[in-house]
Amino acid sequence: MTSTDHSVELAKAGANVTGWWSRLVFLALRFPLGAFGAVIVALFVFAAIFADAITTVDPTSTNAAKSLAAPGPGVLMGADFMGRDMYSRVVHGARISLAVGVGSTVLGCLFGVIIGLASGYLLGWFDLLVQRVIDIMQALPLLVMALVMAASLGPSLQNTIIAISIPLIPNVARVIRSNTLAIRELPYVEAARAQGMSELRIAVRHVLPNTLAPLIVLGTAQLGAAILTEASLSFLGLGIPEPHPSWGRMLSESAAEYVRTAPWLVIFPGLAISLVVFGTNLLGDAMRDLLDPRQRS
Amino acid sequence: MTSTTAEIAATAPGERVIGDTVLAVEGLETVFYTRAGMVRAVDRVSFSLRAGETLAVVGESGCGKSMTALSIMRLIPDPPGRIVGGKVVLDGTDLLQLSEPEMRKMRGNRVSMIFQEPMTSLNPVLTVGRQISQALMMHQGMSRAAAMERAIEMLRLVKVPEPAQRVKEYPHQLSGGMRQRVMIAMALSCNPRVLVADEPTTALDVTIQAQILDLILELQKKLGTAVILITHDLAVVAETAQRVIVMYAGRKVEEATVEELFTHPRHPYTRGLMASIPRLGLMRSQAAQTGGRLQEIPGMVPPLFDLPEGCAYAPRCERADDHCRAEYPPYEEKRPAHWTACWHADD
Repeated sequence: MTSTDHSVELAKAGANVTGWWSRLVFLALRFPLGAFGAVIVALFVFAAIFADAITTVDPTSTNAAKSLAAPGPGVLMGADFMGRDMYSRVVHGARISLAVGVGSTVLGCLFGVIIGLASGYLLGWFDLLVQRVIDIMQALPLLVMALVMAASLGPSLQNTIIAISIPLIPNVARVIRSNTLAIRELPYVEAARAQGMSELRIAVRHVLPNTLAPLIVLGTAQLGAAILTEASLSFLGLGIPEPHPSWGRMLSESAAEYVRTAPWLVIFPGLAISLVVFGTNLLGDAMRDLLDPRQRS
Repeated sequence: MTSTTAEIAATAPGERVIGDTVLAVEGLETVFYTRAGMVRAVDRVSFSLRAGETLAVVGESGCGKSMTALSIMRLIPDPPGRIVGGKVVLDGTDLLQLSEPEMRKMRGNRVSMIFQEPMTSLNPVLTVGRQISQALMMHQGMSRAAAMERAIEMLRLVKVPEPAQRVKEYPHQLSGGMRQRVMIAMALSCNPRVLVADEPTTALDVTIQAQILDLILELQKKLGTAVILITHDLAVVAETAQRVIVMYAGRKVEEATVEELFTHPRHPYTRGLMASIPRLGLMRSQAAQTGGRLQEIPGMVPPLFDLPEGCAYAPRCERADDHCRAEYPPYEEKRPAHWTACWHADD
């Protein structure tokens, strides 16, 4: 980390930039890589939302005449062996990836926050129990946990989201708990108590908001991991079932047979996965630099 | 000790309206269960407080001042601490008998507290206005809009410039003095009967200290609030309080009006405290005795889990004799309205 005190720099520069646009430009200049990541993520979100508007062909409609067509006019990224338009499938695949990425991240964070906050605020036997369960969960890698979950839940979009969100819970719970432990001892919590607030109110209104900054960082980083996990699960046949266009499944069904004869079937979904994960990681890193108080010191 | 307060009221400055007793603390006893053993942080402390009056509680670090304050608020962390005896009677209600939900209705409403650290006593992620209005919405059942109106009014009362603008700001946008003003506004927003100020000026610059103290006193006059001022700064006591309690090792060792205490300190500990602060004029005779040098009290407050048999101050006291070391002195009225616990107070 080259620079440390961004908040001060921001305040200094912020003294003469007022609007959100100029602030955005300042941040983009300050974190060029993060801005690049943000642009990739924004494009990806745009593609997911307006998938129907920017493609003309249904991603699931087959066309025998175009089977394994090479990229060219009309078939921008070629077509797979069933003649389904790859461009349309990749764009619609963004929708699946976004749904899984955001869905599982939000779900995982939600439960992680509740568990972490309760664990860190209540302490005692509850904390002890929760932390040991989390230890066990954290001993397994994300993909392995997701595999176990997906295999036991069965393949569907919903189950994939749930399967990926569960291994996320321990990470979030840990971060939130450690923050809660520090914040519950701060004078303003005592001051809130002296104002006559109930413990629940203090936990939710005063402790929780102060633990959330690292969660933004964690969430952004997890978004990429979740998308990658979905691709891996689908690649292994446990994620999103046919005929939904999932990048991972596109790779898995094409990789073995057509990688030599029709490499575009592998290149474009692979590129999409790499690009999105790269983008979210860049964004996550920039967020960490911007929000992590330890690096401000 | 109620008999003493009547006499003190008579000697209080004329402009101040001292009313009836609002808070009576009787035999308050708070213990902490630690690994080293049971610690008596507050040991049978009694005092009473009248409307509009300021009572100072002084003593070194670790003498039980803050624990007395937290006990009154019932904010002792339990475990490891516990209030094991006594009464804290506020307007006829014993706070120690209330259930926790009932006590919550008292905190911030009938009895408020200001803390030492204005820099960290405000929540960094909530606007100042939100923090002030919270108590109002909770205790007075005000709507959000009405509470915000009142928050602006309170900020104006504590002399924060541009209050309508300030309510929308976050604590980091305010200076330390401003934050302490906000804390005072928060504490007084529901017009409490008693305000407990735990070292409210310790963390502030000297110039700001004076402003904050003036503000507390001015508001006290305006609102008729009784104030318990906890401090280790005797200069602050002289300026603000009518009555002083000196605490040592969890016990009250001396109690008198401010004038009486400063002119005739009876307890050697009180004398030690006074000799250890630099002053102009007032105690010149004493300064002459010591060659114009400041005196320190040798040693430290003994660990509370290992108090000596007799007087807790005996190990540091130059007058201590075998009697002091063997038996704790009784707490007696040595002069009119001047109470102290020392075998040698009459010397």
